[in-house]
Amino acid sequence: MRESTLWFWHIIAGAVIFVFLGLHMFIMHLESILGFLGLGYGGDVTSAQSVFMRSQQGFYMVTYIVLLGAALYHGLYGFRNILFELSLSRTLEKIINWFFALGGLALFIYGTYVTVFIFFNPTAV
Amino acid sequence: MKVEVKHRKNKLGIVGWIGGGRFGAERYAYALHRLTGLGILAYFLLHIFVTGSRIGGRQSWESAMANFKTPLFKFGEFLVFLAFAYHALNGLRLIITELGFMLGKAQRPVFPYVTSVHRQRPLFIGLMIVAAIIIIFGGADFYFI
Ligand code: HEM
Ligand code: HEM
Ligand code: HEM
Repeated sequence: MRESTLWFWHIIAGAVIFVFLGLHMFIMHLESILGFLGLGYGGDVTSAQSVFMRSQQGFYMVTYIVLLGAALYHGLYGFRNILFELSLSRTLEKIINWFFALGGLALFIYGTYVTVFIFFNPTAV
Repeated sequence: MKVEVKHRKNKLGIVGWIGGGRFGAERYAYALHRLTGLGILAYFLLHIFVTGSRIGGRQSWESAMANFKTPLFKFGEFLVFLAFAYHALNGLRLIITELGFMLGKAQRPVFPYVTSVHRQRPLFIGLMIVAAIIIIFGGADFYFI
C-alpha cells in the first residue's frame, strides 16, 4: 500500500482514538468528577463489580473493539515510522512490517475475543 | 507506478529527536509527542493482557489488580493520563495543520515574515491550555478527591 494511504489512516485512527480513548479516560480517571455531575457509577472503577458491569453492556463491547483496533494500528504504525527513521536496511524494514502487522492482528484477535466472550457468557465470569 | 523511496543516512540519530536547538516550541512539542506516543503504546500493549485477565472471571481479575495497588503503580497510571492529555491535544493540532487547516494563505515573504508556524501558534497555545486544564482535573481526581 502507498505510504501516504497508510499515513492517512494513522491520522484517521488518531481522530477515532481521540473520541473513544477520551471517553475511556474520563470514565476511568475522572470518576469523582463524573460522580459529582451525577454520571458516575460511584465506587472504585477497577473493582470487579464495576468492571463486569461494564463488560456486560453492548456499548462497551463495541467501543472497546473500535478503540483496540484504532490504537493498535495508530501506535504500531507510529512506532514503525520512528524505527524507519533510523536508516534501516530494506530487509530489516520488511521484517518489521510483517512483525508489526501480524503481532497487531494477533493482539486485535485476542482483545476482541476477550470482550466478546465476556459479553456473551455473563454466567461464566 | 512503483516509486522507490530514496534512503538517506540519518546522521543525528536519537539525539536529533530530542534536541530541538533554537527552533520554536513546536520542535520540542514534537519530541514530547514522540515520547508520549511510545509511552502510551508500551502501556497499551501490556494493558491488553492485563485487562484480558477478566476473561478468567472475578477472581482472576482481582488477583491481577492486586498487583497494581501500590503507590508506584498509581503514579504510573497518572503518568499515562498525563501522556494521554498531552498527546491527544497536541495530536489534534497536528491533524488540523497537517491536513492544511489554520495555516493561513500562502503569501509573499515580505518583512516581517509570518510563516505557517506562526499562524498555527494560537491553536498550539490554546490546545495546550486545554491539556493543562485536563491535567489539573485529572491530578485532583487522582490524588485529592
Ligand atoms: C488520543 C488521541 C490521539 C491522537 C489525536 C493522536 C494523534 C497523533 C498524530 C497526529 C500523530 C503524528 C502523525 C504525523 O505527524 O504524521 C501521532 C503520532 C504517534 N502516536 Fe498518536 N494520537 C493519539 C493517541 C495515541 C495512542 C493511544 C498511542 C499509542 C497506542 C499513540 C501513539 C503514537 C505514536 C507511537 C506516534 C508516532 C510519534 C512520532 O512519529 O514521533 N497515539 N499521534
Ligand atoms: C491508565 C489508565 C487506564 C485505566 C485505569 C484503564 C482501565 C481499563 C479497564 C479497567 C478495562 C477493562 C474493561 C472495563 O473495565 O470496562 C480497560 C479496557 C480497555 N482499555 Fe483501558 N485503561 C487505561 C488506559 C488505556 C489506554 C491508554 C488505552 C488505549 C491506548 C486503553 C484501551 C483499552 C482497551 C482497548 C480496552 C478493552 C480491552 C479488551 O479488548 O479486552 N486503556 N481499561
Ligand atoms: C534551478 C532553478 C531554480 C532554483 C534553484 C530556484 C530556487 C528558488 C528558491 C530557493 C526560492 C526561494 C523560495 C523561498 O524561500 O520561499 C525561489 C523562489 C521563487 N522562484 Fe525559483 N528557482 C528556480 C527556478 C525558477 C523558475 C524557472 C521560476 C519561474 C518560472 C521561478 C520562480 C520563482 C518565484 C516566483 C519565487 C518566489 C516565490 C515567492 O516566495 O513568492 N524559479 N526559487
